[in-house]
Amino acid sequence: MAELWGNAVFQVAFWAIVKVGIILFVMLTVVSYLIYAERKVCGHIQARTGPNRVGPFGLFQPLADVGKLLFKEEFIPAGANKVVFHIAPMLAVFPAIVTLSIVPFGPPPVFQVTDIHVGVLLFLAMSSLGVYAITLGGWASNNKYALLGGLRSSAQMISYELAMGLSIIPVILEASSMSLNHIVDAQAGPLQLYGMTISFLPNWMLFKPHLMLPFVIFTITMFAETNRAPFDLPEAEGELVAGFHIEYSSMKWALFFLGEYMNMLVISSIAITLYLGGWRGFGPEQWGIVWYTLKLAAFIFFFIWVRWTFPRLRYDQLMNLGWKVLLPAAVVNVVIAGIVVYWRTHS
Amino acid sequence: MIPLTWSLALSAVLFTIGVVGVLVRRNALVIFMSIELMLNAANLAFVSFAQQSKSLDGQIFVFFVMTVAAAEVAVGLAIIVNVFRLRETVFVDEINLLKG
Amino acid sequence: MVPYLFLGFAAMLVATALMVVLHKNPVTSALFLVLAFCSLAGIYLLMHAEFLGMVQIIVYAGAIMVLFLFVIMYLNLKHDIETGVQTAVRRGLGWAMGGLLLLSAGALMARGWSLGPVNAELPAQGAGNAAAIGRVLYSRYLFPFEITSILLLVAMVGAIVIAKGRKSEGGEDE
Repeated sequence: MAELWGNAVFQVAFWAIVKVGIILFVMLTVVSYLIYAERKVCGHIQARTGPNRVGPFGLFQPLADVGKLLFKEEFIPAGANKVVFHIAPMLAVFPAIVTLSIVPFGPPPVFQVTDIHVGVLLFLAMSSLGVYAITLGGWASNNKYALLGGLRSSAQMISYELAMGLSIIPVILEASSMSLNHIVDAQAGPLQLYGMTISFLPNWMLFKPHLMLPFVIFTITMFAETNRAPFDLPEAEGELVAGFHIEYSSMKWALFFLGEYMNMLVISSIAITLYLGGWRGFGPEQWGIVWYTLKLAAFIFFFIWVRWTFPRLRYDQLMNLGWKVLLPAAVVNVVIAGIVVYWRTHS
Repeated sequence: MIPLTWSLALSAVLFTIGVVGVLVRRNALVIFMSIELMLNAANLAFVSFAQQSKSLDGQIFVFFVMTVAAAEVAVGLAIIVNVFRLRETVFVDEINLLKG
Repeated sequence: MVPYLFLGFAAMLVATALMVVLHKNPVTSALFLVLAFCSLAGIYLLMHAEFLGMVQIIVYAGAIMVLFLFVIMYLNLKHDIETGVQTAVRRGLGWAMGGLLLLSAGALMARGWSLGPVNAELPAQGAGNAAAIGRVLYSRYLFPFEITSILLLVAMVGAIVIAKGRKSEGGEDE
């Protein structure tokens, strides 16, 4: 046993597994309470209270929801492709969780499972794989409405992936690296702006003028990638009879929605890491996890707020926005960011 | 460091599977997928040689091969969709008349 | 450890590639191809080509195969039904050609071309694979890079024009 512990590779693997276990446990709990938070915030925005029966302030509502979902009957439609029908909900959760392995929750190396040189590319790869869950879920149900909803949703997701990738490039140019740790380190200290130093603002990417528009574009594509309002046409109850998840019931449906909220969490984490300074904030470095949690909570509240404020976009308006507005804006931004970085390094 | 022989053997096997797919299957889409398998076998050979000779030229070429494959898939699938519209079939045995 | 991982990925790659070719349902073939691309990306990661591994998943598994799936679902294809003597003859010839190709590849490899000097370690990946590729791609291979972008533009325009069809058949909406 002792010589096993002495092996460096074994140590790395052991601690990685421990961290993965902790992250999974925490994130799954956070996701189930996210659903509760959404209903509470939604209730207050709509001038009512939200769930408050189950437990104090309705805090045990997620337990009641899970209990209900466990006991519901699972129904597999006739003529559905059984294997794909079962796999599709799992595909909804898996890419989101993989991305969590590179996000720095606090100062590394304790608060991060691993850091890879192409961290941002891993995030883009996993969001590309997330398209499959909805496409296959819609197709495997042997139902016209589900198929249409699934195809619409995947067309929406791949259209907005372009703008998302292009809006990340200015951050990579600014930090000169695709590794998430380097990007967070590039946001340390007070704000450095074109040679001046503004001491009361942190050096977050958000506060640099040539990166403000990419942040706005990234936020808008965040909503489209997670199929959240105002881009939730493929899955809304009133449209296409609830779209791709009509035929899913009980735990499979729960997995789809777990996947959606997990996606929300993960994409907010990436937005925080890229634009809002990650775990960096005032005070000693050890408080990093607290700052991270505060920023994450703010972002999730923003997600919920936008959902219950804006009306839904029609499908052609959605595609119009993605291809004709966001994509050209993101391309122009890459050029501007390139010029700024070049001018800074060569002057 | 992965031995060159292993990865080249894997590339040869993958290429052969692609060739068999093109020759055996009738569905135009599956033939297209087998062509993608062949392209990926070539990519694997490029990357293994790049690893062995320590130069990045192999990886750069893989980059270009991926780009060209993406363009080819887009145009090829558009053609298949058009042919399906005209002939109501994607089986290459039944698309044997030039008259449109 | 790396050789075992390579063998695992290679086994998965060959198995899924065989399933692509053998399975009757085109959608299942496409899904097996996605798995094949993901295992190939794993092999690229083992060969220190991280940028290529990620780009493989983004481009091949995430975009090209989604396009394939769209077309297969749009065309609403059923299982391939293949019967008859002609099919059997064609299939036999196909497998024979494949076997011949594999034999010739094996003969070439057994002859043993000069594998060249083998170094135990790659040079230190200080800046990472992506930075190194970027340095070479935008200096020495700049011209092919620009030509590739024009190629993609031409392909995009061509695909839209071809898929749209003639005016008498109406347009194709997204």
